[in-house]
Amino acid sequence: MTKDKELKSQVLLSERDIATKVRRLAFEILEHSGDEQLFFVGIHKRGVILAERVRDILKKEKQEIPLGTLDITLYRDDLDNLGTNPAIESSDIPFEVDGAHIVLFDDVLFTGRTIRAAIGNLIDYGRPSKIELAVLIDRGNRELPIHADYCGHEIKTTKQEYIRVRFREMDDEEGIYLLK
Amino acid sequence: MEPRKDLLDIESLSSEEIEFLLKTAGPFKDLFEKSVKKVPTLRGKSVLTLFYEPSTRTRSSFEIAAKRLSADVTNFSVAASSVVKGESVLDTVDTLQAMKVDYIIVRHPASGIPNLIAKHANASVVNAGDGFHAHPTQALLDAFTLREVFPKSARKRVLIVGDILHSRVARSTSTLFRKLGVEVGVLGPGGLIPDGKPKEFKVFRSFDEAFEWKPDLIYLLRIQLERQKAQFFPSLHEYHQVYGVTNERFARVEKEGIWIMHPGPVNRGVELVDNVMRYERCLINQQVENGIATRMAVLYWLKPQTSSREAEVEV
Repeated sequence: MTKDKELKSQVLLSERDIATKVRRLAFEILEHSGDEQLFFVGIHKRGVILAERVRDILKKEKQEIPLGTLDITLYRDDLDNLGTNPAIESSDIPFEVDGAHIVLFDDVLFTGRTIRAAIGNLIDYGRPSKIELAVLIDRGNRELPIHADYCGHEIKTTKQEYIRVRFREMDDEEGIYLLK
Repeated sequence: MEPRKDLLDIESLSSEEIEFLLKTAGPFKDLFEKSVKKVPTLRGKSVLTLFYEPSTRTRSSFEIAAKRLSADVTNFSVAASSVVKGESVLDTVDTLQAMKVDYIIVRHPASGIPNLIAKHANASVVNAGDGFHAHPTQALLDAFTLREVFPKSARKRVLIVGDILHSRVARSTSTLFRKLGVEVGVLGPGGLIPDGKPKEFKVFRSFDEAFEWKPDLIYLLRIQLERQKAQFFPSLHEYHQVYGVTNERFARVEKEGIWIMHPGPVNRGVELVDNVMRYERCLINQQVENGIATRMAVLYWLKPQTSSREAEVEV
């Protein structure tokens, strides 16, 4: 985080923009799934918040959607390259994964490696009938054949740039910034 | 958290490192409830257990921990190996070095051997017990178990009973408990209490005296007949009468709701009577389960110098 100060930051989405995008994401999911029972899984930490927001919007529209959380640290393929060991959060999947139609949530889709790890992690819990992916921002630069089924906002970036997401639930403010 | 290469004792751990390890063990324990109890974290890494002393529990615990992290595990069976043929410890380490193992789990009857190996090897070394010196993963699993019962462990009272002098468990666990703010008292045969420790521990002369201190938990040490060259107490029967949890003492333990820990394996009828094993506040099996989770956290945290460590990357 120290490098934030040295970088120029540009607002990509304001708090209001985020609210609009999340609502659209929710209704796209509703449109595609109809009456089908869905199960949400958020990737720690901001994917969990995104999943919770979408679930809350759909509360009146659909039967209750169980929500699980996933920490994918142990499934990362780059642990050897990290100088430090990330703290691990508890993963909690409070429903039967076998046969479930799961929507996986993360805030930013970038190389696709996090999602690859998350899918590997989920499959260790059972055999879902389907896994879909919902993200708030797709910033391109994929290194794996992975795409989002639901996407709030797409933007072209370079690998050197950095997207910073701030959510009120865990940060003091809300907004999405591009750091160059 | 910055990784380290080796885990050799408790003394050198900072309180941040201790908190990191205790916190990290939690999610690992959650894994045991899943149908697949395994994560790919150490895939492709090799873990070798090098035990110069007999041990089934600790070795299996490390082995399961490593396997649940997807590492490959080899047991270097010392009794059956070249040690019998006269190979020195460092020659053995050279051999392991050539085999490119990433983690060495070592137990040795002489204090300091793990430190010697750690200096010599690129692999991460975990001390699984050396002489009377240290048994850090036992201490971590004990602390993790204590925290499950008492999330705020500070100022809780733990009474350690037994052969304090010959016990690396007592040394490591009491050090860690005190680092967590726990008050530690000790009770054991006179000849088996180290001299000059009254500032760190409260020393009791009898179980009655210790009960008056109102311990929250009693930690029973195993009587290690194999590690005791001189006779410090007349007989096992007498030990049980004076320092064991007898039926009479167990009634008091139950009445006051005191928790029980023991590092295993238990000598029934010596440290405790059978009924204690069925007591709902007996944490012995929980300690075994937590041992695996804690050792997974340790293996996750350590970074051998065998892996290519590049600059920090952001994902």
